[in-house]
Amino acid sequence: MASEDSRLRVRVEDGITRVEFIDRNILDEANIQAIGEELAKIIDGSGNPKLMISFANVDHLSSAALGQLISVNNRVRSKTGQLRLADISPQIYEVFAITKLNKIFEIHETAADAVGSFR
Amino acid sequence: MAQEQAQPAQPHGKVEIANDRSAITALGERVIRVAERAGYSEASRFAVRLALEEAVVNAFKHGHKSVAKHEKVTVEYDVQPDEISIVVTDRGPGFSPDEVPDPTADENLMKTSGRGLLLMRAYMTEVSHNEAGNQIRMRYARPDEG
Repeated sequence: MASEDSRLRVRVEDGITRVEFIDRNILDEANIQAIGEELAKIIDGSGNPKLMISFANVDHLSSAALGQLISVNNRVRSKTGQLRLADISPQIYEVFAITKLNKIFEIHETAADAVGSFR
Repeated sequence: MAQEQAQPAQPHGKVEIANDRSAITALGERVIRVAERAGYSEASRFAVRLALEEAVVNAFKHGHKSVAKHEKVTVEYDVQPDEISIVVTDRGPGFSPDEVPDPTADENLMKTSGRGLLLMRAYMTEVSHNEAGNQIRMRYARPDEG
């Protein structure tokens, strides 16, 4: 699924698309846009997508990355899909809390919890 | 980029930086390396890197909106045992920080941009702007980690 220059590791299992970031730092706007386009293709390719994004490898992210996540969330919702975020370190979670985006996203402690939460 | 490599990682420095991702990343990494050598914790380094990143990106994205693409942004950093200061100056006309909408207000939560200044203010001890609005000064005081 992932091309050579993919920024994501993608696995589909039991109708759930599990996505991990390859980069430890999600700061660069060009990369963030590429990530958004990859995720858009995944979402558009499914009826009502169930998408789980793991932040297990992520050390840094920027406000531009948060903006892209909101776009992804909107896209998933427009397809009556479900989005879950997981494996977010306390440091990264704080960024979500400061921006109050923890109210927008459904965030789970582990990927397993997130996968189990899909309806 | 060449300037980046030519300068050793001193505890303080002044860099003219182009809107070039590798140069911005290199600058962030340099400041973080200096902070690490000065004994700043991972949490402190996370905070400073995020604020520096947001300030430089904002300078180009918003500050230089009406400025020629080749124009550079000036970044000054100073890593002291008790505090880290960062000053980012762009060559744009400036802006009024008071007019930036609160991105945490319910009506703005779903907007895809406008969170950079909030993050800088949250992570840094002190954030201020010059009168023209084209310079942001940030100070990070080392927290009492004892």
